[in-house]
Amino acid sequence: MRLTCTVNGKVETIDDVWPGESLLYVLRERMGLPGAKNACEQGECGSCSVHLDGILVCACLVAAGQVEGAEIKTVEGLAGATDLHPVQQAYLDAGAVQCGFCTPGLIVATVDLLEKNADPSDSEIREALAGNLCRCTGYSKILDAVRLAAVRLEGAGKH
Amino acid sequence: MSNSTLPTKQRDHIEAPVLGGLGESVARPDGTLKVTGDFAYSSDLWADGMLWASTLRSPHPHARIKSINIAPALKINGVSAVLTHDDVPGSKLFGLEIVDQPVLAFDTIKYHGEAIAIVAADHPETAKRAAQAIVVEYEILEPVVDADYAISGKAPIIHVGGNITRHVPIIFGPQNLKADVVVKGEYEVGMQDQAPLGPESGLAIPADDGGIDLYLSTQWLHVDRGQLATVLGLPPEKVRLTLAGVGGAFGAREDMSMQAHIALLAMRTGKPVKIVYSREESFFGHVHRHPGKLRYEHGVTKEGKLVYVKANIVLDGGAYASSSPAVCANAACFAVGPYEVESATIDAYVAYTNNPPCGAMRGFGAVQTGFAYESQMDKIAETLGMDPIELRLKNAMVRNSLMPTGQPVDSAAPVAEILEKLRDMPLPPLTTTTDGFDVIELPGGASNVTHGEGVRRGIGYAVGIKNIGFSEGFDDYSTAKVRLQIINGEPVVEVHTAAAEVGQGLVTLKGQIARTELGVQRVVIRVSDTQVGSAGSTSASRQSYVTGGAVMTACRAVRDEVLLYAMEKLGHLHPHLLHFRANYKMINGEIRDGEDHLVSSLADLVKDRVFECTREYRHRPTTPIDPITGQGLPHAQFAFAGHRAVVDVDIETGMVKVIEMATVQDVGKALNPQAVEGQIEGGTAQGLGLAILEEILVVNGKVKNPSFTDYLIPTVLDMPPVRSIILEYADEHAPYGLRGVGEAPTISSTPAVVAAIRQATGLALTRVPVRPEHITSTI
Repeated sequence: MRLTCTVNGKVETIDDVWPGESLLYVLRERMGLPGAKNACEQGECGSCSVHLDGILVCACLVAAGQVEGAEIKTVEGLAGATDLHPVQQAYLDAGAVQCGFCTPGLIVATVDLLEKNADPSDSEIREALAGNLCRCTGYSKILDAVRLAAVRLEGAGKH
Repeated sequence: MSNSTLPTKQRDHIEAPVLGGLGESVARPDGTLKVTGDFAYSSDLWADGMLWASTLRSPHPHARIKSINIAPALKINGVSAVLTHDDVPGSKLFGLEIVDQPVLAFDTIKYHGEAIAIVAADHPETAKRAAQAIVVEYEILEPVVDADYAISGKAPIIHVGGNITRHVPIIFGPQNLKADVVVKGEYEVGMQDQAPLGPESGLAIPADDGGIDLYLSTQWLHVDRGQLATVLGLPPEKVRLTLAGVGGAFGAREDMSMQAHIALLAMRTGKPVKIVYSREESFFGHVHRHPGKLRYEHGVTKEGKLVYVKANIVLDGGAYASSSPAVCANAACFAVGPYEVESATIDAYVAYTNNPPCGAMRGFGAVQTGFAYESQMDKIAETLGMDPIELRLKNAMVRNSLMPTGQPVDSAAPVAEILEKLRDMPLPPLTTTTDGFDVIELPGGASNVTHGEGVRRGIGYAVGIKNIGFSEGFDDYSTAKVRLQIINGEPVVEVHTAAAEVGQGLVTLKGQIARTELGVQRVVIRVSDTQVGSAGSTSASRQSYVTGGAVMTACRAVRDEVLLYAMEKLGHLHPHLLHFRANYKMINGEIRDGEDHLVSSLADLVKDRVFECTREYRHRPTTPIDPITGQGLPHAQFAFAGHRAVVDVDIETGMVKVIEMATVQDVGKALNPQAVEGQIEGGTAQGLGLAILEEILVVNGKVKNPSFTDYLIPTVLDMPPVRSIILEYADEHAPYGLRGVGEAPTISSTPAVVAAIRQATGLALTRVPVRPEHITSTI
């Protein structure tokens, strides 16, 4: 089938998509956007988190056909031309990145959280990120990164 | 070099600067790529005309293969090749220590999930369907699923040579001593999975010279290459491996998984072949942590001094050997823990069964014993009516204490200080359970299963010991190639090793070492590959030590060559160079003499010359252990860490909430403090996982929970804040005094959590993971 959708602000048309493919497969293998990761492909780990029409979803659980005409934002669409998104920069500065496989999904989920709640408490952060598994960090530095990003975004008046 | 071009997205070097030297919390050079989604993991690679591979695996734990019919798979449109053991040109077997595991099964299936056939097709779904279309006729056999039974002499033999993969006895000190008090206990550890988030994956590209290029995730490129060369029937130089991005490892990538399969398919089809395991296949495709039964007897004086320790340890190694022999030795060597004891009698066995193969996982044999000996220490303290910290302090190792192998611990052993610091750290406040409590903070969290009436607080302590580096006389070395040249008027150093960066931050440390040693700003890290000598494995907490040592040594060789060249060129102006070369240093892109006077900028001196040195580095030699007495000098370095766990347990539902983990660890020298903390926090989380969450359930040889829905790793809701204190007692034998960091935090974390649950509940809890039904006594 032919699929047309907007990805990171750009209209994409893709031919020969097999209807059984997931949005994750289409992004990774047909659009050259491997930022969303394939750690479990059953919606348990959050590594493939993207925004679909403004809603945080696991791209592995969305069938390709469901995104016809939709607007998708992936981790690749977050950074500016010269600067990283403040959430990306905060993950780096806090040391929240080790192997990095969970990182894109966590960053997308963190952006989603901070758009909804500019000053989350620790327990709100934990609840918001409970669907994103990380095997390397033990999460301490991820919490640090979210707190740091929240402070910087507040300071920059982004909310 | 091969003639193939790099796959799309694969890099050959990391250009991002390492902005800092040793001892600083320097940012990762690959960090920006990782936060933008541009870092290419082995599952992200792509090549023109690429095919996808899929594996057919056995649904039975033990069966004879009567026939394999691949014809139905070959008929499917889009399928290029279907291979079985008949298509393996070289050795049909591989293995790290004992070559016993089929690349593709023949004759008999020995475990649930064993690979039988592989397919290459134009779409991953086609490949998967084709694999399922292969018809295998089995004669189902009764599996041997209990390790005790497997080694009892009554069980069917799984491998020629018997079911005891290795027996390690240790006889230390006078035997058959009497003690005032005898404390016995039997403990059990479930099968833990490393569960790295990146699935096994890679891309194999056939080369025009008849060789093959592989881009994949692994922990040790050269040991993969050696095994692949024998399987493929190629000389090693025709098997070239490049490390792609690795999504975590923790031991799971020390054995081969998909490597030979994609290589065979690429060579057969003449096309690039990619594979990416699903999470389910990942659970079947790599080895796990050995489950074990550990039977202990401690003899102690009334005053709480250990007199003897007797331990019988049986680990289930599963169907193939993997690194079982070394894990078994570790279990034996660390069976007593970080304590002095007059007499030890230890028998550690690892058995072949028809359960999934077990091998390396963070902690490597010392985790299983750590749970057992620390549980015993608490039981002794309770028996004697003594404070558990006081009991441990009375027996704590110090510098030059003897291991049960007779080996002295000849560097810092701050066990007492670790315990005292853990005891003295402030405790978190009690979770408020009266007015104004937040149900989220209670065990069960948002599930809203309690208002606090059944919630009990518990505090537990544990301390552990682990070796760093390969043991028992293994020639454990790494290789580094360091090049200095002037590019655009600026000195640039390139560091090239074959060491696997798996997330731990070695890539940062290599840059920090080069900057510090050679005094340059710009360091380029080449992606690891087999074009340089072996770095050994990224395991045993050894890479900072051994590859760090190799980079240090190669940098110093380059510095020496630069200074010799400076003597040649500038000796007439700087006569001291001749005799006092050692006093000269390279700093900020300049050579300066002992009085800090400028000799020359590197740019002016070096010009268009290239200084390049390749050096190997070895840790000090170790020895095998005596096969009868277990005596010897098997270890190069020891690491110590301790934990204090604070838990809330709901005794009505059995739910456990870990409130805080506090930890103290000696790291010798924190070369990158932020990365050190990251290792400690992450290791602590994996220990917590084993304590209360993580187990591969194997019933009659069949794996019941190969998914993240059913195999639970800690989420951010399960993992509490970690309060850590880092001690820095330099190890005089190691580069920069460092002590390997990665594994020690996983040893003591598990027993500390269980000790805290015991204190909260009064239950004995002799098995991990502790499940809710163990607490509510419904089983």
